[in-house]
Amino acid sequence: MKILVCISQAPDTTSRIAFTNEGKTFDSTGVQYIVNPYDEWYALVRGIELKEAHGGTVTTITVGGAVCDPVIRKALAIGADDAIRVDAEPTDAMQTAELIASVAKSQAFDLILCGKETIDHNGSMVPAMVAELLDWPFIALATHLEVEGNTASLKRESAGGTEHVKVNLPLVLSASKGLAEQRIPNMRGIMSARSKPLNIEPGEAAALSSVRQFSLPPEKGACKIIPADQAEELIRLLREEAKAI
Amino acid sequence: MSVLAIVSLKNGQPTKGGLEAASYAAAFAKAQGQDAVALVAGAMTSDGGLGATGIDRVLHFSTELSDSSQWTRLAEAASKECGASTVVLSHDHTGRAIGPRLAVRLQAGMVSGVTELPRDGAVRKNVFSGKAMADVEVSTNAVVYSVTPNAFGVREGGSEAEASPFAAEVGEAREHVTGFDLASADGQTPLPEADLVVSAGRGLKGPENWGIVEDLANALGATTACSRPVSDIGWRPHHEHVGQTGITIRPNLYIAAGISGAIQHLAGVNQSKVIVVINTDPEAPFFKAADYGIVGDAFEVLPKLTAAVKALDA
Ligand SMILES: Cc1cc2nc3c(=O)[nH]c(=O)nc-3n(C[C@H](O)[C@H](O)[C@H](O)COP(=O)(O)OP(=O)(O)OC[C@H]3O[C@@H](n4cnc5c(N)ncnc54)[C@H](O)[C@@H]3O)c2cc1C
Repeated sequence: MKILVCISQAPDTTSRIAFTNEGKTFDSTGVQYIVNPYDEWYALVRGIELKEAHGGTVTTITVGGAVCDPVIRKALAIGADDAIRVDAEPTDAMQTAELIASVAKSQAFDLILCGKETIDHNGSMVPAMVAELLDWPFIALATHLEVEGNTASLKRESAGGTEHVKVNLPLVLSASKGLAEQRIPNMRGIMSARSKPLNIEPGEAAALSSVRQFSLPPEKGACKIIPADQAEELIRLLREEAKAI
Repeated sequence: MSVLAIVSLKNGQPTKGGLEAASYAAAFAKAQGQDAVALVAGAMTSDGGLGATGIDRVLHFSTELSDSSQWTRLAEAASKECGASTVVLSHDHTGRAIGPRLAVRLQAGMVSGVTELPRDGAVRKNVFSGKAMADVEVSTNAVVYSVTPNAFGVREGGSEAEASPFAAEVGEAREHVTGFDLASADGQTPLPEADLVVSAGRGLKGPENWGIVEDLANALGATTACSRPVSDIGWRPHHEHVGQTGITIRPNLYIAAGISGAIQHLAGVNQSKVIVVINTDPEAPFFKAADYGIVGDAFEVLPKLTAAVKALDA
C-alpha cells in the first residue's frame, strides 16, 4: 500500500498567541513549532500501522518553507519512509490543497491521510479539497480505519453518533481522535530520520482568501467566588443573573 | 440572485446545525436583498420548519445521501438552479466534507467556522482553537461559508417556506454507510450543539465516580464532557474530550469540576458564555477564565448543585 500523510506545522499548544504589524501578522517570536497534533497522533501513526500490517510505504507531504524541516524530520523519526516538501508559502486551504493534489496525481497513492484540522487556522478544508481535486471518496472525522484488499472499513463522527462506512481505495480521510495512539519516536528512529529522503519540489497555486485582521477575545471579568456550602446561591445566580439555565 | 443553505436532516428533521446554517443564510440574504433558499435531501414533511428561520424556498431532493461527492454534485446543481453565489453549511461533518468539495467545484473561496455575518467584505472566524479571531476576505465572487455550531444561533418567526421537489444527476455513491452507533444511549444533545455542558477532569479520581457528574447533567438537561487525560486513560469516551485537541464548544453554560484549566483545555471551552469552575485548589488556573467559582470538593459540591437544580424546578 502506498500511503501519503499530510503534515503541517503548528505553534506548540502552550504558545501565547499574539500579533504584530497592527494585527495583520502572527507574532512567532519565541514560538516553538510542533507537528500538528491531529496529523501526528492520528493520521501519521495509523498510516505507519497499516504499512506495518500490510507492507508498503508512508510518504509525508508538507507545503511550506525550510522552517518546516524540523517537524518533517520528526515525522520521519516516528516512522515515515520519505518526505516531500512543496516549497511554497501556504496562504489558504485551496492553494495548499492544489499543491498537495498535484503531487498526488503524479504518484499512485492508495490512501491519503490528513489530520482533521490544524490547531492554528482550524480550517478543516484541505482534506476534502484534495479529495475533490482528485475526484476520490472522502471520509471526514475518521475515528477507525481498517483496510482489507481494496476495501477500507471506517468509522466517522456524524450527527449524534458514529457512522460505519465502507469505501474502495483510493480514498482521502481526515483523522479524528481514536484513529490511532500517539507514538514517541525512539533513538533509532531519530537517528535514521536524518538520512531519510526529504525531497523539495517547487509549486505554485493561487490562494482565494486571506486574513485581513487578527484580534484577541476580550478579557474575562473577575470570577465571582461562592462559598462551597451555598450551592443554591450559585444556581440562583446562574438563573437570575447569568440567565444561563 | 440568492443565498443557498445546505441543510442536513436527522430523522426527517433539519439538524440544529442545519437550522443554524439556514438562519445565517437567511440573515445574509436579507442584508443583500436576495432570496434565501435551502437544500435538503431525504424524507422531510412540508418545509421542515425552515421557513421559520427566514428561508424563502426549499429545494427538496427526495433521496437521502451519505456520499460526499453526491452531496457536492447536488449542491452544485442547486446553486446553479437558484443563481446562488453564496453557499452556507454548518461547520459540522457536512461543512468539513461537502463545503470544501463544493468550493473546488464552484471555484469559490471558502471560510470555515464563521461566527458572525460578513461585514465590510470580511467575515470573522475563530483561530488558534479559540485563542484568537481572524477577519478573512475572499477574492472570488462565489463564496462558501461554514458556520460554527452555537455561534449564530437558530432564528425564529419567519413564515412557512415554499417547498418544491428538486432533481439532479448526482453520480454513483462510493461511500457506503453500513451501520450507526448512537453517541450516548440516553439521547443527550451532541456536544458541539449543546447549550449546557457539565464537564469533569482528573479531580474525579476514577470512572466509577462519574455518577455525580451525570446526575447534575441530567438535572440540567446538559451534555457531559471531560478533559483530555480522562479520555486518554479510558475513563470516558473520546467524543467527550474537549479542548485544543478535542472538540471546541461554545455552550451557554460550561460547568467544570476537577479540571485544572490548562491552556489546551481552555482553548476549546473559553468561548462558552458562562463558565463555572469547581476545584479544591484556589490557585487552579481555571478560576482566571471563570465567571463563577466554588473552591471546594467536587464530591460534595456536585450533589448539592444537583439538589439545588431539582429544588428550582420543583
Ligand atoms: C499537545 C497537547 C494537547 C493537549 N490538548 C488538550 C485538550 O484538548 N484538552 C484537555 O483537556 N487537555 C489537553 N492537554 C492536556 C492539558 O495540558 C492538561 O494536562 C489537562 O487538561 C489536565 O486535565 P485535568 O484538568 O483533568 O487534570 P489535572 O491537571 O490533573 O487537574 C485536576 C484538577 O482537579 C482538582 N481536584 C482534585 N481533586 C478534586 C476534588 N475532589 N474536587 C475538585 N477538584 C479537585 C485539582 O486541584 C486539579 O486542578 C493537552 C496537552 C498537550 C501537551
